Amino acid sequence: MRRVVELKLPPLGELPTSKGEIPEQDVAIRVEDLNAWYGHHQALRSISIDILRHQITAVIGPSGCGKSTFIRCLNRMHEVVRGGRVSGKVFLDGLDVYAPEVDPVLIRRRIGMVFQRPNPFPTMSIFDNVAAGLKLNNLADKRTLPAIVEKCLRQAALWDEVKDKLNAPGTALSGGQQQRLCIARALAIEPEVILMDEPASALDPVATLKIEDLMRELAVNYTIVIVTHNMQEAARVSYKTAFLLAGEDRAGELIEYGLTHEIFTNPGDKRTEDYITGRFG
Amino acid sequence: MPRIIFDRQLKELQDDVLTLGSMVERAVTRSVEALKARDVAAAHQIVADDAEVNHKRFEIEEKCVELIATQQPMAHDLRTIIGVLNIVTELERMGDHAAGIAKITVMMGGEPLLKPLIDIPRMAEKATEMLRRSLHAFIAGDADEARRICEMDDEVDSLYDQVFRELLTYMMADPGTITKATYLIWVAHNLERTADRVTNICERVAYMVTGRMEEIGASKY
Repeated sequence: MRRVVELKLPPLGELPTSKGEIPEQDVAIRVEDLNAWYGHHQALRSISIDILRHQITAVIGPSGCGKSTFIRCLNRMHEVVRGGRVSGKVFLDGLDVYAPEVDPVLIRRRIGMVFQRPNPFPTMSIFDNVAAGLKLNNLADKRTLPAIVEKCLRQAALWDEVKDKLNAPGTALSGGQQQRLCIARALAIEPEVILMDEPASALDPVATLKIEDLMRELAVNYTIVIVTHNMQEAARVSYKTAFLLAGEDRAGELIEYGLTHEIFTNPGDKRTEDYITGRFG
Repeated sequence: MPRIIFDRQLKELQDDVLTLGSMVERAVTRSVEALKARDVAAAHQIVADDAEVNHKRFEIEEKCVELIATQQPMAHDLRTIIGVLNIVTELERMGDHAAGIAKITVMMGGEPLLKPLIDIPRMAEKATEMLRRSLHAFIAGDADEARRICEMDDEVDSLYDQVFRELLTYMMADPGTITKATYLIWVAHNLERTADRVTNICERVAYMVTGRMEEIGASKY
């Protein structure tokens, strides 16, 4: 199998260091002092982080550290959960995501999401799965729809495998194909950011590598934030890595955020070192 | 949560490096002793024993590759294994330098030496002391000690200068001594390179500890 991997990283000498200032225009999402609760239980405490535009940012940490909660706060999915509450600021290109006048549906359109288990709509065909988001948002135009579906399936590296069976049910595909279908579905509404919550954890190694290659290709045009349990995956695909760890009261805190190659070869915090070397968590 | 098996394997790897280090140290010391005593048989043995050094190096390398492939080491663990890979390469080459000295003894046959050896054994002592200390620094994870050891390389370099100048005067005074004097310069050169390789080991120790690549001992030669 030929793996097409095109790193869009600048040569090492030009990389910003994790300590350096990031130019404003390179920040896709700015998170300031973010706290999140489930009822009385605080799940995240005081997270501040700048997510770089058109890069892959990995969020790692042991189970229960608030990784998934964190990305769900970025597109206001956290508040959908009963008792879900958030304080602090999240800015998407300078727009205050939690401002009272902002419609969360519009935010979720701009920040798409892919989940751990591939979840194509079970009663829909492959074509309709991709078109679903557009239809729901009243963005579908019958004349342009086939072209958009094809483009999204191509972007999700699935077109060649499904072009002859677009009317087959989405659930008839393999797990890896289903996950790419979900990515195509997320792409259809043209988000700026794609959040991925352990997108490869239910896939076999070959399908995993395909998803990873796809992520790198997508990062040319999209900002990607991936939550993963698999540290090799974080190390392989991401440009920056954030390490979260739950404190004594089980509220997740940001322990370290830096360039992935630094985090995995020379982390600054002993707790990060213990986690990534498998001696903790 | 400790990683019992992996930690044990890392420890074994470090022990292996110490074993290889002491094999090399012995080879360097023996090679100069054989030269001093003009003991051709011992010199032959040193050349033959170099194969064991090479073998041990490959054995350690294989263990490193296996650990990388099976344990996915990260951070300090990864730097330790990469450090070991580099250090054993340096040690193996130091073994070659010792074998090189032994081969010179073989070439000289039982012929008397041009002059009594004074500075060359001193070079060997300093180089082996540097080697010993560098491996202690490796085990202790002591980057400061690694940097200090590199300063000793200047002493070896100046001894090399001294040997070179002295032998040059012999050759100028009597061209008949050129062959024998050149042999001794080769010996001194092998020892000078040995000390240089210790500074490379020290750089690896510093990297292992700090995660930063640094050139500590830019040798004069």
